Amino acid sequence: MTAVAMHPPLPSRLAGLRSAADYLGTIVRHLAGNASSLFGLVVISVLIVLAVFAPLIATQDPYLQNLQDVLQPPSWAHFFGTDEVGRDVFSRIVYGSRITLTIIALVAVIVGPIGLAVGTLAGYFGGWFDTVLMRITDIFLSFPSLILSLAFVAALGAGLENAIVAIALTSWPPIARLARAETLTLRGTDYVAAAKLQGASSARIIWKQIVPMCMPSVLVRLTLSMATVILTAAGLGFLGLGAQPPLPEWGAMIAIGRRYMLESWWLVAFPGGAILAVSLAFNLIGDGLRDALDPKQRRGRH
Amino acid sequence: MRLTSAGLLAFARQAGTILVTLLGLLVLTFAIGRLMPVDPVRAIVGEEADPATYQQVYEELGMDRPVYVQFARYLGDTLRGDFGTSLRTGQPVAEDIAAVMPATIELATFAILLGAGLGIPLGVWAAVRKNQPTDHVVRVVTLLGHSMPIFWTGMIGLIVFYAWLGWVGGGGRVSDFYDGMVDPVTGFLLIDSAIAGDWDVFWDALNHLILPASILGLASLAYITRMTRSFMLDQLNQEYITTARVKGLSFGRTIWGHAFANIRVQLVTIVALAYGGLLEGAVLIETVFSWPGFGQYMTNNMLTGDMNAVMTCVLLVGVIFIALNLLSDLLYKVFDPRTR
Repeated sequence: MTAVAMHPPLPSRLAGLRSAADYLGTIVRHLAGNASSLFGLVVISVLIVLAVFAPLIATQDPYLQNLQDVLQPPSWAHFFGTDEVGRDVFSRIVYGSRITLTIIALVAVIVGPIGLAVGTLAGYFGGWFDTVLMRITDIFLSFPSLILSLAFVAALGAGLENAIVAIALTSWPPIARLARAETLTLRGTDYVAAAKLQGASSARIIWKQIVPMCMPSVLVRLTLSMATVILTAAGLGFLGLGAQPPLPEWGAMIAIGRRYMLESWWLVAFPGGAILAVSLAFNLIGDGLRDALDPKQRRGRH
Repeated sequence: MRLTSAGLLAFARQAGTILVTLLGLLVLTFAIGRLMPVDPVRAIVGEEADPATYQQVYEELGMDRPVYVQFARYLGDTLRGDFGTSLRTGQPVAEDIAAVMPATIELATFAILLGAGLGIPLGVWAAVRKNQPTDHVVRVVTLLGHSMPIFWTGMIGLIVFYAWLGWVGGGGRVSDFYDGMVDPVTGFLLIDSAIAGDWDVFWDALNHLILPASILGLASLAYITRMTRSFMLDQLNQEYITTARVKGLSFGRTIWGHAFANIRVQLVTIVALAYGGLLEGAVLIETVFSWPGFGQYMTNNMLTGDMNAVMTCVLLVGVIFIALNLLSDLLYKVFDPRTR
């Protein structure tokens, strides 16, 4: 019983490679060689540059109100126009990149370990323990991510931190599934048997032998889910359950711009364009990753 | 299908799995309800109530009992079809949901008709023209559709087609002028107005439906096109296709009569899942278009912390998805002889 899956399962042909760093280097080189995934990499790099150098790039303070200059259309003074209290939309989008990057990073940091822990433990120990963990995973998988995140935010209260927690709570099941599948194949390998014969404890085997081997595919799967994470976060912000104004979160900016959108299209168009660019970038990188991992199907499926 | 003991065992296992999943779902919604930062007693008795009344309602709701007793009570109520009263509307939640559901089904049905009606041919076309310009264009379009924040697309649609071009109606299901002119029989406005023979309302409603449905359909179009293309490529790579062509079968007959015929079952399951997936988009699109459906009902309840309504909405979505997944499993078993 699986939810709607855009991505076919990733093959685990990673086992032979020496280290995660080595492996990721190979992947990045492959991505850079493909025009559309290169575009994705460029967009993500721009996002990182915007976030790091926001004070230098932004033309104004993102919170500075100027009631003489409200709802101005785009011009040389305000590249993306001004909002209902005269704040510069361009500067707000630049600062908003910090929020987007924070969401991506935090969700990845929370989801990776949870998914790895659930997946490797279930796969390694098997039996009823595996059954229970996978049932729980299935329940989470049976929801569309936005609706489950909405429910968690309703339970935890609106706000950026809770939105991040809610998104993380809904994003771990695919990682757990993947880590479990990898563990099931790794469990039977000779080197794990050798470690067992040497008297290594289960905890040590999982931590030292299995987790490192799962890392590369988990990292790749995390990248693939980032497009969904960004769209969900923006959706929560738009519905008023995520980041709260006056934070320059792109979804929340659109929610406020909605009231003025029929006359002042720029309040909605630019933040949405930014969301589209980042989620498209992750999807393009995801496509490239699949090609890199599965040369047999290169330019074939999907 | 012959019934064998192995078959019965498999059926029992399947049924057990579903029951456990449903129970887990109820635990989840119960937990969400208990975690919500609202005091259900205060919500009923109001801010001004004296402590005695408060205590009475507190006990009536069973809040003084242990958590597992409260869960058992929730389980019993749910099984009897009692989902409690919405604090916001004062109506039973089940009645509320029944009232808003037709609007969403109307929207989602139009969206899936567009999504599948365009997506399947596009996917077949892209597969046939693999790695040619057509394929690349289709790939870009589907990737864009898959990456767009749907609420944003909805607003851009309103700005362009409503405010600038004036081609379609704005928010809501009908213009204010026509609101409430047709008696709700089925709840589906298009059907109701057609029954009443009120064609002005019918065209106005259609005019309001077309934009949100198209934008909702775009999301499922991306998914359906990608999957169709992938299924078709699997078939086209097989030898029976070459054989059919060598035997002199026309190109069109080979594609539609042979390759496409073999992916129909897969497509039905994909479309069923995509139809359920529209619920997610509907939450956002209904907010953008002030569409009085299930998505908006759920969002409003979450914003106001209406506990019973939130729990029931989440439960309903979970049940719909479990049912759809089950349905697609079943379809495979019934129509694909290899899985028997």
